[in-house]
Amino acid sequence: MVFHTSKHKYVQAVVIALSMSGGFAACITPAWAAGKEPLRIAVIAEAQSVAGSSIPGAVQLAADEINAKGGVDGRKIEITTYDNHSSAADSVRAFQRAVSEDHANAVIASYVSEVVLALEPWAARLKTVMITPGAASDVITQNIAKDYDSNKYTFHGYLTSSAMGSLICDAAKDMAVKALKMKSAVIISEDAAWTTPLDDSYQQCLPAAGIKVLDHIRFSPDTTDFTPIYNKVEALKPDVIVTGWSHVGVQPTVQWQSQQVPIPIIGRSSQATNSAFWKDTNGAAEGVIFWDLNGPNVAVTPRSVPFAEAYNKKFGNYPSYCGYTAYDEVYFIAEAAHRAGSLDSDKLVTALEQTDFVGTVGRVQFLPKGDPHVHGLRTGGSGIKGLVMQWQKGKLVTVWPSDLANGQMTFPSFVKLPR
Amino acid sequence: MYALGATGFTLIFGVSGVLNLSHGALMVAAAVAAWAANSALSAGNFGGAAVGIMTSLVLSLITYGLIVRPIQKSTAIRNEEREIFILTATLLWGIMIQELIAFFFTNNAKTVLPILVGVVSVLGVRTPRNEIFTALICWLVIGALWLLVNRTRIGKSVLAASMNPRGATLLGVELSRIYVLVWAIYGVLAGIAGVLLGMFLGVSSYSVGPLTASAFTIVVLGGLGSVTGSLLAAFVVGYLETITAYLISPAYRFFPSLFLLLLVMYLRPRGLLGRR
Repeated sequence: MVFHTSKHKYVQAVVIALSMSGGFAACITPAWAAGKEPLRIAVIAEAQSVAGSSIPGAVQLAADEINAKGGVDGRKIEITTYDNHSSAADSVRAFQRAVSEDHANAVIASYVSEVVLALEPWAARLKTVMITPGAASDVITQNIAKDYDSNKYTFHGYLTSSAMGSLICDAAKDMAVKALKMKSAVIISEDAAWTTPLDDSYQQCLPAAGIKVLDHIRFSPDTTDFTPIYNKVEALKPDVIVTGWSHVGVQPTVQWQSQQVPIPIIGRSSQATNSAFWKDTNGAAEGVIFWDLNGPNVAVTPRSVPFAEAYNKKFGNYPSYCGYTAYDEVYFIAEAAHRAGSLDSDKLVTALEQTDFVGTVGRVQFLPKGDPHVHGLRTGGSGIKGLVMQWQKGKLVTVWPSDLANGQMTFPSFVKLPR
Repeated sequence: MYALGATGFTLIFGVSGVLNLSHGALMVAAAVAAWAANSALSAGNFGGAAVGIMTSLVLSLITYGLIVRPIQKSTAIRNEEREIFILTATLLWGIMIQELIAFFFTNNAKTVLPILVGVVSVLGVRTPRNEIFTALICWLVIGALWLLVNRTRIGKSVLAASMNPRGATLLGVELSRIYVLVWAIYGVLAGIAGVLLGMFLGVSSYSVGPLTASAFTIVVLGGLGSVTGSLLAAFVVGYLETITAYLISPAYRFFPSLFLLLLVMYLRPRGLLGRR
């Protein structure tokens, strides 16, 4: 009995000690360590390019903010970043490693359409959620529509090229046709997967907006000397050059300025969206107009400016376009994990399809199954609309739409506007 | 500019028998350093250009001192394998410089602040003033190089070393000093070419390969080791590319010169002005 009592007390003491140590551990250890697996997000990005370099930083910023508030239902968000060196092959290897070895629950991948198109079958094979923050090719969502059951794991967290083209034409109608009385344009686009549907969209919607398309020039992204292209364009005497540039940007912009091509540039220029573009071009960007989802000092939503400032504080420059979308993606993946109550891929897909999140770029909702661009972003109406910015004296000034504009269009003296 | 870039490349081949496959990396490093000096340190256009040329000079001497010279001196490498070792080592060194540039400055193109701004009309064609300045500088530098090689004692030593190293040694020419001098001249030439290219078109880390290939094409076409042949080939390649870009498409500008190179290699393997 004595022995029993002693034994009982001994067991009691051990239980109390374990409880106390457990309680102590609970006090000093975050809730996610108490047993729940972290939400692991892999980032595959072009860390050495000026546009793609914003992706890992923005993702980490969002994860840090969420973790500081306790994570997702007690789960910590863990980020693993892979630099893909702008290579589809490196990206595929990174995706395989992220899923098989690093156990990623979701992958935020790339701003290059060719890379995302190479990863899409792997998202299907490995049944892992993948969201792109910046690739635009329409084929990404068309593939999901063709084979939903296989490709449902891919989400298009940025606009399709055709949607972008349509929104750029909306802006061109107001800015180029109504305000500047422009009537003709030449489209100059780099030869890439994302510009094929963009150019198709331009060729349809520019005439509808009142701008005649005089020519359509596609050039290799390896092009370094744009003189022959500008000479050809100038001979056609268009009122405006409409662009589709992402892999290039600095060189055609600098040569436009140094050769004093008298035609204004508007359209899509991904590199121009980063605040480093001014220095990269030695100020030749003055007067360049481009469409974007967001920019510094533009309160598209209450989240926009705080994010841009936090990013600038941490990294010393403002994010490029895919920084905004990548930041939002972490938040709505976290919300989806909360809704799903699980990290199971199929449950995450179902939860992501229900996304209705006001992020830095606007209201994020995915198009439903049955839509030809299923898992693409909803645009127009209550969805994403975008804005138009212009480089003016080293700063990005929003010039459209009027409710967001903080300045008016101005052009370098060598640019001739229609009379 | 093609001529300027290729002249130094052919000079070090002629004198020391080295085909430096890190050539493009040196040119890009010069342009990016000039850009960085201006944008980060506000060095101005002349200051930036000076920093760019200095960068190329230093990298050139490092290439010789740390990459080429140890292989030339190594007793572990057989003589017949030495050239391929140098080719491989300079290629890898070039890739290392390329990756470092991409890591620190991104792989986006950078442009060097032009010395002259604005445009002038030349025969009715609107031409940037800086392009005329670029052409003048290229001619001046090539002219100065010709004077150095043909009209100075040190230049004649370089020439002698390229024709007959053993004979030059017997005449009292210290080859090790000549090699350092030639690599220094090469560094300055590559630096000037890189900075001017950065002003004219802009460069990125992706330019490393095409620039090396372009210099390689020119010196093989002109005749390995022949400076005059390289000058001639540079003009042939430059005009061929420009005509192709205007008449066909900028996307195909490299094809005709590469095709010409193939033809020359079949029909006249020693190049346009190469020695037998």
